[in-house]
Amino acid sequence: MKILVCISKTPDTTSRIAFKDNNTGFDDAGVQWIINPYDEWYALVRAIELKEKDPTAVLHLITVGGADTEPIIRKALALGGDEAIRVNSSADDSFNISSQIATIARSGAYDLIFTGKETIDYNASSVGGMVAELLDMPFVSLATKFDLVGNTATISREIEGGEEVCEVSLPVVVSCQKGVAEQRIPNMRGIMASRTKPLKVVEPIAVDNLTAVVSYELPPAKSGVKLIDADNVAELVRLLNEEAKAI
Amino acid sequence: MVLIYVDQADGHIKKSGLEALTYGAALAIQMGVPAEAILLGTTTENLALLGSYGISKVHHAGSESLNTMDAQVYAKVISEAATKTGATVIIFSHNPTGKAVSSRVSAALKAGLVAGAVALPDTSNGFSVKKSVFSGKAFAHIAIQSGVKVISINPNSFYIKADAAGTATVETFVPTAQNAKITVTAVNKVTGEVPLTEAEIVVSGGRGLKGPENWGIVEDLAKVLHAATACSRPVADAHWRPHHEHVGQTGFQVAPNLYFAIGISGAIQHLAGVNRSKTIVVINKDAEAPFFKAADYGIVGDAFEVVPKLTAAIKQLKGIN
Ligand SMILES: Cc1cc2nc3c(=O)[nH]c(=O)nc-3n(C[C@H](O)[C@H](O)[C@H](O)COP(=O)(O)OP(=O)(O)OC[C@H]3O[C@@H](n4cnc5c(N)ncnc54)[C@H](O)[C@@H]3O)c2cc1C
Ligand SMILES: Nc1ncnc2c1ncn2[C@@H]1O[C@H](COP(=O)(O)O)[C@@H](O)[C@H]1O
Repeated sequence: MKILVCISKTPDTTSRIAFKDNNTGFDDAGVQWIINPYDEWYALVRAIELKEKDPTAVLHLITVGGADTEPIIRKALALGGDEAIRVNSSADDSFNISSQIATIARSGAYDLIFTGKETIDYNASSVGGMVAELLDMPFVSLATKFDLVGNTATISREIEGGEEVCEVSLPVVVSCQKGVAEQRIPNMRGIMASRTKPLKVVEPIAVDNLTAVVSYELPPAKSGVKLIDADNVAELVRLLNEEAKAI
Repeated sequence: MVLIYVDQADGHIKKSGLEALTYGAALAIQMGVPAEAILLGTTTENLALLGSYGISKVHHAGSESLNTMDAQVYAKVISEAATKTGATVIIFSHNPTGKAVSSRVSAALKAGLVAGAVALPDTSNGFSVKKSVFSGKAFAHIAIQSGVKVISINPNSFYIKADAAGTATVETFVPTAQNAKITVTAVNKVTGEVPLTEAEIVVSGGRGLKGPENWGIVEDLAKVLHAATACSRPVADAHWRPHHEHVGQTGFQVAPNLYFAIGISGAIQHLAGVNRSKTIVVINKDAEAPFFKAADYGIVGDAFEVVPKLTAAIKQLKGIN
């Protein structure tokens, strides 16, 4: 079995969000970059667990990004995985990223492709579906549980107001979220081993971007909290009813 | 033409489906083109009445086999319909179905996608769409450069507007036969409660409530408001509450009209999942809790005293005894 996990790089969850160049670019001054939490905690850890159960499984990681993504993919390798592939392309259009991943996935004939539910910076939840479409594979999104017996995957997925259990034969693309696995901390052995694991750099195929960022903006600041005395909850109810028109 | 995918479950059109219709119809007026809808699977709704949301035609692919959401099949059917009808913009809700299918349709048609739109496109100079980024901490304006465009809209970002007079023609759409590769073996819906992502009001509790045995006050408040209940991550991790209630950066992102945060400190990762709420009320005994900075209304006090009083006051307002 061959597994491919898609790894992206995102600003740390506590980063201050600011923009530069007249609000056309993200200001990464002082920002610490991390592995996108959905990719690290859920997609990657579940893939590692599958390999632990089946040592013949091959686990590859892929990232689309410039040389500055290498520390991130090395960190991912420290958790597990046999080798990593970096497609040397700036990651600024979901379709372009997906086309790069699909090209590698096609030639590698993977049985299982994991992505995170979404990147916590761009929040598109799109790359998994696009990769699946480009490969004409089934796609199970927003997985909360993933089990594999032989060639059949049993997956719980989020639906509005609940969950659905579904079955699908490999190959399949799955986007992972909370529930699929538990976060792991890399150990010293993993960190040492990651230094010698292969990290292949592949040049991108030519793809036209379908979208481009025009500008960014920050939400208007809250006008400030109205504090109501704890002994006067009736006043809160009145404000919610008459002023906020929320109840 | 603007083609709107209308999501339904168990034969009933979802609120998010109606939001997509309202958005698509408004966009069609802005662009001076017709708006049409597409619906998959069997339904108990009177589809002609969808005209009241401003669309002229409904394409209904009503095969029973489409009652299961297989993104691969759905994308093929919708892409085929979009091509046949000459759609230039395709609208989805950014709900679980929309997330899985809009991305596939985008790749199939090489049509640029903006996922998670929060406003109508700006068509004054090209075509750009405002979307939420950085988990609700900012917005981006994204230009779509392809001829055909796909947009998925954030739930609870648009008020549903209907004009009772309108009716739509309903046409059966027979897509090329597809083989679903996914079989659904069980559906576990949260029953007797308001689904979190669909709720207008959410009452959320944090570690300040001390233990699962104390959730009665949260549930009572939710009940009088017909609200959904939610919680912070440590609460779900400690199994005080089910995982499907966890909101935040790594849980569900919600954008209700009204969000109550009770005994939640307001960590940035929690705020990332709730800061698109229209009105935020914070109840916390610590006046320095960061959540107050993101709140519209706040009470500094002990939740165990304040919340039951609040529930009683709302009951009084609503005339419930
Ligand atoms: C990468 C990452 C992702 C994360 N994702 C999420 C996420 O998705 N969602 C999330 O929620 N968290 C997330 N977290 C965790 C987050 O950082 C906080 O630790 C968490 O939100 C704190 O939960 P809390 O507010 O319930 O608990 P605490 O921080 O312990 O706060 C409890 C609050 O209750 C108040 N309190 C105590 N007693 C009372 C009383 N009697 N009456 C009223 N108030 C009282 C206290 O003053 C305090 O403010 C994430 C963290 C990381 C690092
Ligand atoms: N540049 C990238 N390289 C590799 N994988 C990516 C990249 N961007 C996104 N992904 C994967 O696609 C998922 C969804 O991303 P998105 O569609 O941007 O929300 C992420 O959780 C990753 O698993």
